Amino acid sequence: MDLWKPDQTFYPSPTMAMRAPRERLGYVVAFDPETAGHRANGNGRHDAVCVLDLDPNSPSFSRVVGRVEMPGVGDELHHFGWNACSAALCPYAPHPHVERRYLLVPGLRSSRIHVIDTKPDPRNPRIVKVISAEEIAERTGYSRPHTIHCGPDAIYVSALGAPNGDGPGGIFLLDHDSFDVLGRFEVERGPQFLAYDFWWHLGYDVGITSEWGTPKMIEDGLNPDLLLKNQYGHAIHVWDLRKRKHLQRLELGPEHQMTLELRPAHDPTKAYGFLGVVVSTKDLSGSIWTWHLDQGKWAVRKVIEIPAEAADPDLLPPALKPFKAVPPLVTDIVLSLDDKFLYVACWGTGEVRQYDVSDPFKARLTGSVRLGGIVAHTPHPKGGPVNGAMQMVELSRDGRRLYASNSLYSSWDKQFYPEGINGWVAKLDADPAGGLAVDPNLFVPFKGERPHQIHLEGGDCSSDSYCFP
Amino acid sequence: MRYAAWPWVAAALLGGYHGLDPSMGWLFAVALGLQERRRTRVLSALVPIGAGHLIAIAAAALLIAAARITVAASVVRNVGAAVLVLFGVFRLWRPRAHPRLGGMRVNSWELALWSFVMATAHGAGLMLVPVLLGMPASARVPGVHAHMAGVASALNGGRALVITQSAGIVLVHTAAMLAVMSALALVVYNWVGLAILRQAWINLDLIWAGALIMAGVLAAVI
Repeated sequence: MDLWKPDQTFYPSPTMAMRAPRERLGYVVAFDPETAGHRANGNGRHDAVCVLDLDPNSPSFSRVVGRVEMPGVGDELHHFGWNACSAALCPYAPHPHVERRYLLVPGLRSSRIHVIDTKPDPRNPRIVKVISAEEIAERTGYSRPHTIHCGPDAIYVSALGAPNGDGPGGIFLLDHDSFDVLGRFEVERGPQFLAYDFWWHLGYDVGITSEWGTPKMIEDGLNPDLLLKNQYGHAIHVWDLRKRKHLQRLELGPEHQMTLELRPAHDPTKAYGFLGVVVSTKDLSGSIWTWHLDQGKWAVRKVIEIPAEAADPDLLPPALKPFKAVPPLVTDIVLSLDDKFLYVACWGTGEVRQYDVSDPFKARLTGSVRLGGIVAHTPHPKGGPVNGAMQMVELSRDGRRLYASNSLYSSWDKQFYPEGINGWVAKLDADPAGGLAVDPNLFVPFKGERPHQIHLEGGDCSSDSYCFP
Repeated sequence: MRYAAWPWVAAALLGGYHGLDPSMGWLFAVALGLQERRRTRVLSALVPIGAGHLIAIAAAALLIAAARITVAASVVRNVGAAVLVLFGVFRLWRPRAHPRLGGMRVNSWELALWSFVMATAHGAGLMLVPVLLGMPASARVPGVHAHMAGVASALNGGRALVITQSAGIVLVHTAAMLAVMSALALVVYNWVGLAILRQAWINLDLIWAGALIMAGVLAAVI
C-alpha cells in the first residue's frame, strides 16, 4: 500500500541525508562456509539475514536480535539492497510514496534472489518471495546476481555471468513493485564481458561497471594461473543509462587485477568516483583510482597506492610464501555522503584506512585502524584475538560510524586465511575532522557462519542514490 | 441561454492542480537548475514542460470536440464517463504505472515529450470531459431550425463554438498550470529548498485517481 507522505527515509540530497536520525538496527547476511555452493547437500545449515541491535541505549545492544533463514542451502549470501531509496524522488520518474521496506538478498552461488519484508517488525523480517535462478536465467541469460541498487525507474542488479559459469556478466532489471524480472539492461554491450559492481551518476545519465571474473574464474578460489596471466578484470566501463549502450572502456593496465567496488560521488553534479583495485601483479600493491569526466570523455587515474608489507614466509599461507610479503588486498571501499572521506578495507594486512578525498585527485591519509590480518592478527579490545580482517565496510549516513565484517568469499577465505575464519562484525568511530578508532564496546561474534555485507536501518552510504545536490 | 462560468473555473483549477504536482514538471525544472547551478535553466525548462502539457491537453480536447460535433451528446457523455471511471480505477490499482522515459540530461524536445507523456499517462486531458461537456454545445436560436439553411448555419455556428470553447479551455488550463508551476519552481529554487518535499509532497496520485472517478460520475449525471 502506498504511503500518504514520502517515505521519511528518502532524502532529496546526500547533504540532507547526513542529518538523518542514527541507525538503531543493522542487517547483515551470514553464510555457512561448509555448505556454500553445495546445492545437492540438503543437511547443511541455511544462510540467514541477521538483525543487529546498534542502539547503545538498548539492553540488547551489539547482539543479533533477529534472524531469518533462507529456504535453500548453500546460497552464499553476499551483497544485497533495498527495494526503494532516495532515488524515488528523482524528478523524471518520481514515486516517493513507496516504502523502503523489502531487502533483496541474492545468493551469489544459488542465484536465487530472496525478497525479505522488514515490516511490520523490523527485528523479525520475513521472506515474502523467492525469485528463482531459472526465472533470472530465462529472462536475462544471467546468473550469480551480485550488487543491487534501487534506481529511479527499476531495481538494477548486476550478475557475474551466464548460467553455465561463463560470461558475459551484466546487469538486469527488476520491477519496483512486483519484483518481476524485466530483462537485461544492455542493448549494446560493446567490448564489456566481465562484470562485478555497478553504480551511476544520475545527474549525467551515466552508469559505471567494474570487472571481477566469470563464475568459473572465481567459484573454486582465486586461480593463480589466471592471476599471473592478468586474466581477471582490469578495466571499468561507462554506459549511457538511457540508451543502455556502452560508451567507453577505461583500461587501468593489465597488472591491476580485479576492479571491484565502485563509489561515485553522491552529489549528482559531480562527475567523478572511486574504484578499488584488489592487487597489482607487479608488486602486490592495492590501489584506488578516480574516474572523472574530462572535456566530454571519461578518464581514470590512480590516486592511491597501498604497498605490500614484507612478512616472514613462515607466517604466510602457501600461495603467498614465495612473495615474502602480504598484499593489502583492497576488497571494499565506502565514501561518506559529503564525498569527503573514503574508507579503504585492506583485507590482507587487516587495515582500514581513512582518506580525505575532498580533492579527488589528491587523497590524504587521515586515519588508520588495524584488526586481524593474515600476518598481524591484531586483536580486538572486546573480542580478543580475531582472524580474518575487516572486509565489507559500511558507513552511517552522518559519517561517524563504520561497521565492518571479516569474510570475503568462502573459497577465497580458505586461500588467504587457511586456519579458518570465525565470523565477526566490529565498529569503528570516525571523526568528522579526520581520524579513526576502534569502538571497544561493539563486537559481534558469529558461530560457524560468516557475515558479509551490512546495511543500516533507513539507509547508509552505499544504499541510496540522489538526483539533487 | 444561461452562460455557465464553472467550466472555466474548473479548467483553471485543474491547471493549478497540475502545476502543484511535483511529478508534472516543476520539480524537474528545479532539478535541472540545481544540476547546472543556473536559475535561468529553471525558467527555460518550464517552457517545453508547459508546451508538452499544452499539446497533451489540446489533443484530448480535440478528440472530445470531434466527438461532440459528430456523435450524439448522450453517447459522448456515457463513454467519457465510463473511460474516466475505468482510468481512475486503473490509477488506483497501479499508481506508478507510467512509461520509462527521461533522465537528467534532456534537451527541450525531450522535456516537451516527457511532459506530454506524463500529462497523457496521468489522464490530464481526460479530465476535460466533464468540463467541456458542461459547456453549451450550440447557441440555439428558437425558430431557426425550421429552415434548411438555418439548420446548416446553426450547425456551423455550433461547430465553431465547440472549437472556440475547447481552445479557450485548453489555454486557460495551461496558463493556470504554468503560473502555479513557475511560482513554485522559483520559490523552491530560490528560498524554500527541497527539504519541504519530505513533508509537503502528499500522495497526489491517490487524490487524482479519486478525482478521475468522481469526474466520471459527475459527467454521467450532469
